[in-house]
Amino acid sequence: MITAGCDIGSLTAKAVIMKDGVILAAEVIQASGHPEHSAREVMERAAGKAGIMVGDIDCCVGTGYGKKHVPFVSATESEIACHGKGAVWQVPSVRTVIDIGGQDAKAIRVDGEGNVVRYVYNDKCASGTGRFLEIIADALEVELDDMGALSEMSKETLTLSNQCVVFAETEIISLVNDGKEIPDIIRALHRAVAGRAASLAKGIGIEADVVMTGGVAKNKGMFHALENILGVTMNSVENPQITGALGAALFAQDMLVMNRKGSGAAHNGHPN
Amino acid sequence: MKAAGCDVGSLTSKAVILDEGKILGAVIIKSRARPWDSADEVMNLALEKAHCTMDDLAYIVGTGYGRDKIPFVNEAVSEIACHGKGAKWLVPSVRTVIDIGGQDCKVIRLDEQGNMMKFITNDKCASGTGRFLEVMAKVLGVELDELGRLAERSGNPVTLASACTVWAQADVIQHLNDMVSLEDISAGISNAMAARVSVLAKSIGVEGDVCMTGGVAKNSGVVKALEKLLGVRIKRVRREDPQIAGAIGAALFAMEKGKEDVS
Repeated sequence: MITAGCDIGSLTAKAVIMKDGVILAAEVIQASGHPEHSAREVMERAAGKAGIMVGDIDCCVGTGYGKKHVPFVSATESEIACHGKGAVWQVPSVRTVIDIGGQDAKAIRVDGEGNVVRYVYNDKCASGTGRFLEIIADALEVELDDMGALSEMSKETLTLSNQCVVFAETEIISLVNDGKEIPDIIRALHRAVAGRAASLAKGIGIEADVVMTGGVAKNKGMFHALENILGVTMNSVENPQITGALGAALFAQDMLVMNRKGSGAAHNGHPN
Repeated sequence: MKAAGCDVGSLTSKAVILDEGKILGAVIIKSRARPWDSADEVMNLALEKAHCTMDDLAYIVGTGYGRDKIPFVNEAVSEIACHGKGAKWLVPSVRTVIDIGGQDCKVIRLDEQGNMMKFITNDKCASGTGRFLEVMAKVLGVELDELGRLAERSGNPVTLASACTVWAQADVIQHLNDMVSLEDISAGISNAMAARVSVLAKSIGVEGDVCMTGGVAKNSGVVKALEKLLGVRIKRVRREDPQIAGAIGAALFAMEKGKEDVS
């Protein structure tokens, strides 16, 4: 039984292929302007990695902001549900998932089965999302991927007084002009973004264990900043960016199992 | 008696010199990096215009975001108080003042005498402030003061999906790529801006005569969009440039203080 999940985000597209409950391959690519193309490309690459053909996939579930445009899926599932399910599969003890993506941030409370209990998300304001980091990386002329390592070289503690990305960008430019060090500025930025995500998460209450997912979780500086602000030790997952696609692949697996448990019962059964 | 008000804002600095109830000189400059440099420059230009010197001034009040860093003032007064007072002088019947500055937005409710009853301000989020327009003008490659005129020529305004400056900017770029006209995009920008301001204004209630001050009051696209959303006519400030309302208020406070000192 081969299943797949395809998560089309604003900045990246992710695919996970599973066989009998084991991850065969995972792939992350930059999303193009066309969700359909991104979906095909990321799935073909993942299939190549797994040594199968896309046609060998028995069931695929789509998620993410471009999920409606994924051509080859059997069903779609919400990002919230996929992130919750994917996180619990990776860290079974998790009860709170904080996901920071390229254009949004979500906090999700889940039960032991990976069902979503409560959630909150922000996609209205760029502050507290990956976009904040991206804009400042541009302004500072550093690579997004280097920000975590740079922040760990910080010696002086600075504080950003602005939450708004637009105002913070100006503030950061004047910090640079005042001769402040880039690592110190980046650490202050991480604390600002983490502060914003933490206040979102506190809105639904934080229950241990906590796991951070999404592309921003790969940034160690952000990870530690969020731990500090929340006052908890968070679990890390190997590839936080694929959590949504993984959850989608798990939903695909559930669907297949349901359908195979006798076709007569399939329509009465609940997918979860 | 002569007195002056100096309003050092984030983007522009303003100075007004009053002789009793008459403006002798008023100047607006682009703010410099340091508030005291802006204050010095704008004040010297205003004095020049008014044909007087610092020694002729009985009292000087500073206001605006840099008000605590102006060396020559006798006193610093809050922006809210100064804008309320300045607006009342410009439009005597005003009861609701909507002031949109370079990086903030304030709505002030006044009683019949012009005393401030309540106010609300947004200086946390760039959306709904002059900064929003500034960012959008840059993306469109037009001058800030062209935005209003462009918006007025629109037949089919676009809708921007989000209030956030960052996301709205992405929307505008998308519309540009889709070959939408600058007029229709500018109108969409005016509407988005007005929508954000109207939420703020409605939260404290819009009553009586309404006027707009601050630099954005000169953007006819935003003023008209706001009139539509609030369902009221906004009284146009004609007596002086609406951008100097805060400095006028500061100068009026200075005049009162100067007279107290004499008596």
